[in-house]
Amino acid sequence: MGGLSSAFGSIWATFLDLFDPFCGRFGIFTLFGDGSLLACGVDGWGDEIGFGVKITMALALATLPLGLIIGFLVALAAQSEEKSLRLSAGVYTTIFRGLPELLTIFIIYYGLQMLIQTVLAAIGFEQRIEINAFLAGMAALAIVNSAYSSEVMLSAFRAIPKGQYEAGAALGLSRTKTMLLIVLPQLIRIALPGLNNLWMILLKDTSYISVIGLSEIMRQTGVAARNTKEAFFFYSIACGLYLLLAMLSSFGLSFIDRWAKRSEVGR
Amino acid sequence: MSHALELIPPRPAPPEAYRQVTPARLFGFALLALWFLLGLALLGMMVFNWDTEKFVKYGPRYISGLGVTLTLVTTSIIFGALLSLPITFARMSKNRVLNTLSYVYVYVFRSTPLLAQLFLIYYGLGMFRPQLEQVGLWWFFKDAWYCGLLSFALNTAAYQAEILRGAIQSVPRGQHEGAASLGIPKAVTFFKIILPQALIVALRPYGNEIILMIKGSAVVAIVTVFDLMGETRYAFSRTFDYQAYLWAAIFYLAIVEALRHVWAWLEARLTRHLKR
Repeated sequence: MGGLSSAFGSIWATFLDLFDPFCGRFGIFTLFGDGSLLACGVDGWGDEIGFGVKITMALALATLPLGLIIGFLVALAAQSEEKSLRLSAGVYTTIFRGLPELLTIFIIYYGLQMLIQTVLAAIGFEQRIEINAFLAGMAALAIVNSAYSSEVMLSAFRAIPKGQYEAGAALGLSRTKTMLLIVLPQLIRIALPGLNNLWMILLKDTSYISVIGLSEIMRQTGVAARNTKEAFFFYSIACGLYLLLAMLSSFGLSFIDRWAKRSEVGR
Repeated sequence: MSHALELIPPRPAPPEAYRQVTPARLFGFALLALWFLLGLALLGMMVFNWDTEKFVKYGPRYISGLGVTLTLVTTSIIFGALLSLPITFARMSKNRVLNTLSYVYVYVFRSTPLLAQLFLIYYGLGMFRPQLEQVGLWWFFKDAWYCGLLSFALNTAAYQAEILRGAIQSVPRGQHEGAASLGIPKAVTFFKIILPQALIVALRPYGNEIILMIKGSAVVAIVTVFDLMGETRYAFSRTFDYQAYLWAAIFYLAIVEALRHVWAWLEARLTRHLKR
């Protein structure tokens, strides 16, 4: 068992060594950063910054599905016939679209911390707790993202004619099946441009999580800038990396766009 | 022969199937109750943890922070609007160089975070102190407020340029052609015919941009400007009282909601000639 996992570990290490885009065998910092401030290893900041990029990507990718699911549920509530559901969805979007992202992050970070501490104190543990910055950031960004995506999905819901629901009912599909098989595929197609936009916003908003100490791009470059006194260089690198991520994602999103529109090609 | 001699008299509609308690309604009431309890908890926190000393000490600071936020946003929106005009024209011009340059500007500023831009300007340009002192611009770049203003203005200029371009291009070609056939000069056409129609289209995106700016302006707190967020962080670091953040949330929500309603009213007022 131990041998097997170590074998997997070494395969993974080789894979990383070969394909890591920053400090792998063919990474940009290995090829071009040697001897400069961006060298990999102990003399340069290349590996730290590469780690930051991975954290940023991981945070954004982990937050997106969470935000979309919560957003879908909120949109579902906002278009329901039940007044109380509409009202509570309205309160949610009004609050979280009106608060600055930075403030939401602080409120959730310190609020969760306090909440857990009070709960633990009630059970009998008296301890100072620090919650994980990644999880707190994920929660905060998912909430902000869901408030926006619910608006996008709500307008997509309104674009789907009532006849689609009626056709589902006429075919004898249950309400859940109508939603999943008929409405949701159309909804995704209509909401996709708006959701693409939200992904870009989410990618940029991850930079705010650096204020609660998560070592993503902004924090890593900030640490490097403070240690080397080369602030202009390192913050330019940070801007460049965000630009790169934005370009990569617009490249990927154009594929998704084309995939979503594949039924319209012939027309 | 079998046609009906007597028609069936009209009957009342069947009673509406109205269920008092549906799962959706139960769930909705549960959610509303949750919001209500949360609101009550916040209110209770503010009432029972009320501390007049803190209120006297930090209340005026919050108000001054609110002033800083509002002036910062207003000035940067105005400077951004001025800056966005040449960018819009460059973006729409047929000149390849101007077009590419403005495209790159807009793309870069829209796809990097405001925080990174602010750090680049405040900490990054701060490195060039000797050179800046030589040109006599150091007073500008040593002050975090001015750096915030600069980065916000540059950032919002990129967004506003896109808004303006979209709005101008949404005006149908026939308007240009109609003006040309009436012999109206190009400049007059633009200011008297195209721009008024474009600005109505741009009104809603401009409102959204101002709201985004108000929310984004909170980042200046990180570079030591005492705006609303900065004062909040100051108060929290002194008292470790969670209420500090709740008060800031109330202030921000109040500004954004007020602005949203003013904007809705403004839009209804300005488009009343388009109502049918």
